[in-house]
Amino acid sequence: MKHISKLLIALSVVFIVVGCGGKEETKESEPEVKITKKAETVEETVEVVQQETPPPQDDMVAERVIYFDFDKSDIKAEFREIVKAHANYLSANPNKTVKIEGHCDERGTREYNMALGERRAFSVSQMLTLQGVSKSQISTVSFGEEKPEVEGHDESAWKWNRRAVFVYE
Amino acid sequence: MLRVFSFFIFFIFAAGSQAALKIEITEGAEGAEPIAIVPFSWSGKADAPENVSAIVSADLHRSGRFAPLPEKDMLAKPSEVEKINFKNWRILEVPYLVIGNMNELPDGKYRVVFRLFDVYRAKQMTGFAATGTRGTLRRIAHQISDAIYKELTGERGAFATKLAYVKKLPKETNPNRRYWLFTADADTENEKPVLMSVNPIISPTWSPDSTKLAFVVVRGSGQSIYVYDVKNNTSERITFSKEKFSAPAWSPDGKQMAMVRLKDGGADIFVMDLKTKKKKRITRHWSIDTEPAWSPDGKSLVFTSERGGSPQLYEYNFSTTKVRRLTFEGKENLRASFSPDGTMITFVHSEGGKYHVAVMDMATQQIRLLTKASHEETEHESPSFAPNASMVIYAANYRNQRGVLAAVSVDGGVHQRFSYDKGAGEVREPAWSSFLD
Repeated sequence: MKHISKLLIALSVVFIVVGCGGKEETKESEPEVKITKKAETVEETVEVVQQETPPPQDDMVAERVIYFDFDKSDIKAEFREIVKAHANYLSANPNKTVKIEGHCDERGTREYNMALGERRAFSVSQMLTLQGVSKSQISTVSFGEEKPEVEGHDESAWKWNRRAVFVYE
Repeated sequence: MLRVFSFFIFFIFAAGSQAALKIEITEGAEGAEPIAIVPFSWSGKADAPENVSAIVSADLHRSGRFAPLPEKDMLAKPSEVEKINFKNWRILEVPYLVIGNMNELPDGKYRVVFRLFDVYRAKQMTGFAATGTRGTLRRIAHQISDAIYKELTGERGAFATKLAYVKKLPKETNPNRRYWLFTADADTENEKPVLMSVNPIISPTWSPDSTKLAFVVVRGSGQSIYVYDVKNNTSERITFSKEKFSAPAWSPDGKQMAMVRLKDGGADIFVMDLKTKKKKRITRHWSIDTEPAWSPDGKSLVFTSERGGSPQLYEYNFSTTKVRRLTFEGKENLRASFSPDGTMITFVHSEGGKYHVAVMDMATQQIRLLTKASHEETEHESPSFAPNASMVIYAANYRNQRGVLAAVSVDGGVHQRFSYDKGAGEVREPAWSSFLD
């Protein structure tokens, strides 16, 4: 377990670093969709990524990712403390909002995984509201299998990709 | 004169070998009918702008139904009727012969003539002359393939049709625009970008008349559906960010669209009137209902649901509003799409931890596996029927190379792969257009 949580921290660091890199690149671009009639192609430019607030100081809240079993969306016992810590943080900071991203491994079809990711995100959101967090503080989005954390085509990668991520906005 | 001639031969050889490399028949070419496609003669100021006979040869080869005679085995290369000696082809036991020529006209256009002969009866079976520009010569070549295919198999050819697909390019070469939506000819040539995006593009699907293409962009704020108008080269967003909609499916008259709303952990099917943008809810179930496909007679939707515990295919009947389960075999069955005549669906079938392509006869509900993902492959995804229902195109995912286009004949006999350079990214979700004329 200790080993796993070290790995988790390592992964979330990687995630933040990658996130920052992306932010740098996207700053120059225009937000939303630009549709050019004359040009050969319809071009969609980069959305401006929201500033990520510094991680809350609580150790458990610093854990931003929880993992799921294949085709499942129930929150495993080992991750309940993490969700609870986020619930406490959000209850104590009613001006903070969080977006829960649901993700899947690559197995199965893209649209089914889109729906499964939505359900994973919602199951986290539901647990937060059960702990007393206001619905207005939470939004959910699914990326299905489109944004894997780890590239790879077996369980060693898949287990890191079936996940929900807390993104503070 | 001699120099011009040898250059001509080299050109044909180069173009011919390129086409042959690109599409590989991996299984089932044995029963193919021999046919000789003599390189078309060319007269014009510069080199021929397209190698029409090589395109025809590649088309017929790719169908798996024909085995074009290698050029090196030809005893003669006539391009005019008077020059044909049918004995030359009978010796080789080639029952069919195609000849043709292409000329540059004074106005800069090109005239292409082709003829198909029955070698044993020494009779012309079909042929036509067409005039085109540099930009339409490939289309004329595919129309020649269609005419030959129709004459010899009795079925309409699907060579002069289009594909749409998504390509994901590697981060290293393409950091800001990783997802591209393309249209291309059915042989993947003549690729044209529709959209580039940092955000994933999924679920491209042609309108029934193939004048429009619906697709989904997945943003941090959620999924939205767009409709791209091919002729006007414009896109319209038809769902808005307060609500998350995905999985578009056109009604057969093109006036409505079935789609999936993702909300509060649920996925349910709605139908939108494309004119008024008003939506009507179709399914109401706590489980996932997604991937609707509209039957060509307009009477039902086939969709994926896990209401029975695992993802399986179900059918919703518009007049009774009843839902019935269609699949019972296999661990999972997902993402159905109809054959143009509505008698079959093709879908993804999971067994042994892998995903394969299957078809179901809608009358008997019998399932037949068309592909089996090999040891090196993990998934066969997104099957889509050719408009003549002769083939199903899909994306094959390998352990070492994701997203390669592949196709299989509907009888499961002929398998083919479209090869891409490894660095070119992964190809996803091919969708085959309807007939275009």
